[in-house]
Amino acid sequence: MKKLILTTAALAVTAGFAMADTVRLGTEGAYAPWNFVNDAGEIDGFERELGDELCKRASLDCTWVKNDWDSIIPNLVSGNYDAIIAGMSITAERDEVIDFTQAYTPPDPSSYVAMSADVNPETAVVAAQAATIQAAFVANNGWTLIEFASPEETVAAVKNGEADAVLADKSFLDTMVGQDGLVMLERMEAIGGGVGMGIRESDGELRAKFDTAIQSMKDDGTLNTLIAKWEVSSQW
Amino acid sequence: MFSYCTDPQTLEGLKWLSCYLTTGKHMSFYLSFGTVLVLLAITAPTALGFGFLGAMAARARFAPFRWIGKSYTAIVRGVPDIAFFLFFVIALDQAFEWMRHKVKCPDWTDPIRQGNDFVVCDAAKLPLSTSPQWVHETYGFFVAVLTFAIVFGAFAANVLYGAMRAVPRAQMETAEAYGMSQRQSFWRIMVPQMWVYALPGLSNLWMILIKATPLLFLLGVEDAVYWAKELGATKTAKFSDYPHTNWHMQYYFGLLVFYLAFTSLSERVFKRISARLSHGQATAAGEAQRKAAA
Repeated sequence: MKKLILTTAALAVTAGFAMADTVRLGTEGAYAPWNFVNDAGEIDGFERELGDELCKRASLDCTWVKNDWDSIIPNLVSGNYDAIIAGMSITAERDEVIDFTQAYTPPDPSSYVAMSADVNPETAVVAAQAATIQAAFVANNGWTLIEFASPEETVAAVKNGEADAVLADKSFLDTMVGQDGLVMLERMEAIGGGVGMGIRESDGELRAKFDTAIQSMKDDGTLNTLIAKWEVSSQW
Repeated sequence: MFSYCTDPQTLEGLKWLSCYLTTGKHMSFYLSFGTVLVLLAITAPTALGFGFLGAMAARARFAPFRWIGKSYTAIVRGVPDIAFFLFFVIALDQAFEWMRHKVKCPDWTDPIRQGNDFVVCDAAKLPLSTSPQWVHETYGFFVAVLTFAIVFGAFAANVLYGAMRAVPRAQMETAEAYGMSQRQSFWRIMVPQMWVYALPGLSNLWMILIKATPLLFLLGVEDAVYWAKELGATKTAKFSDYPHTNWHMQYYFGLLVFYLAFTSLSERVFKRISARLSHGQATAAGEAQRKAAA
């Protein structure tokens, strides 16, 4: 035990001489096609590719960290990683706690998935992931809402009849439609203001770097190519 | 893993399964069982140490020690584990960083608390943001060990405190009659005899500790339950070479087998320790052993 403590302490000290400009990117890893864990056990998806490219353009050395959605903002502000890149929509409430870069995907409507096409969300039980714009939307309308910690559980709730429909980003639900009789409703909701990276409010320098990098990807069209490749949203 | 795994869509049956069960993700799953076992192996003795110190403090004659021991067991046992893990660990981590900040960056003028943000200089970060991911994971692991040890140490302290008081008064009186000092009678008479009284309580704690390891994910350590949840989730053909429906049932069943096997093994070990500790003791079990031998 003593030896182990000493070794870790020594590591913590020696690691201090490494180069600076390492940025830790936090993501959820459970929200295909945005971010998910692939067969090899690594983080993959649209945001993995986007984040790596942004870091290259901003000459930053980036590492990826997985974190639960529930505690993703608290862990950012306490400094466990430096940026959130997890399909997080830019909202006024979140903007009070953290800062956002400019959006890297345009605002897109959210959609419903249910076991039959004639479910009316206003009178049905709607499932949504906790602390998302969709959960806030259902709650604000005064409809019946059940919240779950992960996206997977919201869909499972519809399959086993606990909820009548699930409200989430269309690109995520697209990957679920067709399984076990899940269908998408025609109704969509225009909520959210595009998806951006979350940065600590005190970290203006990093935010500026990512802003520039995102702008350069928008300008040369590579961002649109990535969006098309992973089918996450509409084009810029 | 195997050479025939390059195109899993064409495989079937056992061959498919052998490829599926050897993906990198599954390797992480198997490794996480090791993480759990290592955590238990380090946490259990550390918690016992905390418990022993706590029990000693709680029965100290010097009043401030007694207050520390009693309030430690009372407060920690009263706070829900999940609150303790969310609040205490972040606070502990920030306390470490705050101290390092004071030492390493004395000429830093910006406030550490800026609105919601906790900002220390780069050199004070723990671990440094430049260190590789495995250092972060090891650090998280040891923070987890420390937190588990503090929580379970409080319960162990209470168990040991009761066990010390359960040692027959006659034993202590005899020690005193032989002219042993307080310290001598504590270490030579009370401590060797108290374990047999502490064992049932300690074995309960051990069982609870085994099952408490999923709390690890709150600290960013990926344990077996996290991976079972991740692996069992629906996989579509677009994002995985091994698409499947929701397999949580199967994975959780695997966990159930693991935990049941582990607890039943522990049960057997405790039975042996108990027989060993009862040997020559002034308890019913010790007396039964003596009669059986005679």
